[in-house]
Amino acid sequence: MTTSKTKNRLVKDKAMLWVVCLFAALTAVPLFAILGEVLFRGYDQLSWSFFTEPTPTAYKAMKAIEAGEPIPGGIANGIIGTMIMLGMAVVVAVPTGILCGAFLAENPKNRFAQIVSYLTDLLQGTPSVIIGIVTYIWVVVPMKGYSAIAGSVALFIMMLPLIIRSTEETLKILPQSLKEAGLALGGNRARVMLKVQLPAAFGGIFTGVLLAISRVIGETAPLMFTALGCSFIRFAIDKPISAVPLLIWEFFNDPNLQELIWGASLFLLLFVLTLNLTAKYLAKKWNQ
Amino acid sequence: MESVNPILEFNKTCVSYTKQTMAVKYVSAAIDRNTITAIMGPSGCGKSTLLRAVNLMHNLYPNIRVDGEILLNGENILSMEPIDVRRRVGMVFQRPAPFPTMSIYDNVLSGYALNGIKLSKTEKDATVERCLKSVALWDEVKDVLNKKGTFLSGGQQQRLCIARALAMKPDVLLMDEPTSALDPIATAHIEELMQELQKEVTILIVTHNMGQAMRISSKSMFMYLGELVEYGDTATMFSNPTDERTKAYLTGKMG
Repeated sequence: MTTSKTKNRLVKDKAMLWVVCLFAALTAVPLFAILGEVLFRGYDQLSWSFFTEPTPTAYKAMKAIEAGEPIPGGIANGIIGTMIMLGMAVVVAVPTGILCGAFLAENPKNRFAQIVSYLTDLLQGTPSVIIGIVTYIWVVVPMKGYSAIAGSVALFIMMLPLIIRSTEETLKILPQSLKEAGLALGGNRARVMLKVQLPAAFGGIFTGVLLAISRVIGETAPLMFTALGCSFIRFAIDKPISAVPLLIWEFFNDPNLQELIWGASLFLLLFVLTLNLTAKYLAKKWNQ
Repeated sequence: MESVNPILEFNKTCVSYTKQTMAVKYVSAAIDRNTITAIMGPSGCGKSTLLRAVNLMHNLYPNIRVDGEILLNGENILSMEPIDVRRRVGMVFQRPAPFPTMSIYDNVLSGYALNGIKLSKTEKDATVERCLKSVALWDEVKDVLNKKGTFLSGGQQQRLCIARALAMKPDVLLMDEPTSALDPIATAHIEELMQELQKEVTILIVTHNMGQAMRISSKSMFMYLGELVEYGDTATMFSNPTDERTKAYLTGKMG
């Protein structure tokens, strides 16, 4: 039998559910709004030449606008620059981060490991503009010029704590029996780590690396101090180079190129979205 | 209890987790070659702790102390390098733990990979076949050797883990409740297998199951609160235990 008291409680429960759903929906609003805005404005600009041609000069863009034609050129210089710097940063950050994460996971009570762990947290919270200016002092000044190398050093520093953390967390949730089984067969700790623990943790580590990439791919501030930018396609790593987020900033500052902002933003957004979805999918697949 | 030429000898072995609490207290016993010895006792009596002392598993945890002596063929294990000891003393755990990223084939050979020992393809094939045959798994898996070991059933996984341990040709095989996570049929398979295996390896098994101890072991230890209460022929111990505590445990009044 349902008394009025019980009814009252059921009503409250329902009301609460609606409130929770409402707030959940509210948080999704900005997300979809951003996605919609960028998609709506950037959609027309996406074409083959947008990905294969470098940025047009302001003069060419102005001519095209005057003639009522679409702005020629694209963001190929930025895409290539981003890929080069990201590639170099990943190649160094992945092994370094994994080894460091393995050390932290294996020696949680070691004093040195605790200090490193604390510094990792600190590094993760360091504003990217500071990492940029420090990299400028460390790399750009001694090399006497802006370069892709300097940009990748800044990205490397930003990725490092994320990879360290994901490696450490994944290794820590592996069953202890796995490590013990490896050691019981006579393996030393390094071999057990390399042949048993790290392969078993691969899914989590790989997800962490993808998330670290999507975290730094849109970084603009550190690249302003290090990579500087470049208006043509370039593969040299010791010269200034462009990057997609740098281009967005440049387009914003040039009235003639402003149209291109949205295509570049859409590219960046879709790239990050794909990486995130891939990471989610892999994490799920690995846990099965 | 005196034994002629024992393979393994505990001599006043003690294991302590903290300064105050001793999990294993002055255990002395000699284990005969090519036999199965069962270690029984209620939960928390130190039987697994004693077993794990034999392959120096406690070295992983800096706060655990092992004192006394454990002699393997007359040589004190406690002063040897863990990687040398573990190559000669294999271990099978309670939960089957085949390496999840390795195929069945690689799981059997994982001991060699982990020790950095290179084998030729023919040696590898021969080892895999020999070991899987000795755990009676060969016929079931010979066509799926490249599949992951984790696709096997629990009992098959446990046999794979035994094969993996046997591949290193150990002198002693430690088994920590190897059948407690398995169903009765798989358990029967493993018990049958152990009877066969004692021809080539000495087995020390921790078990909660008194029926199992009676079926497979020639000698039994009964431990209580870290002490070795009674050690002797399994048949004698079950029919005529000398200690009151053993009697209480075996008749179900304790544990």
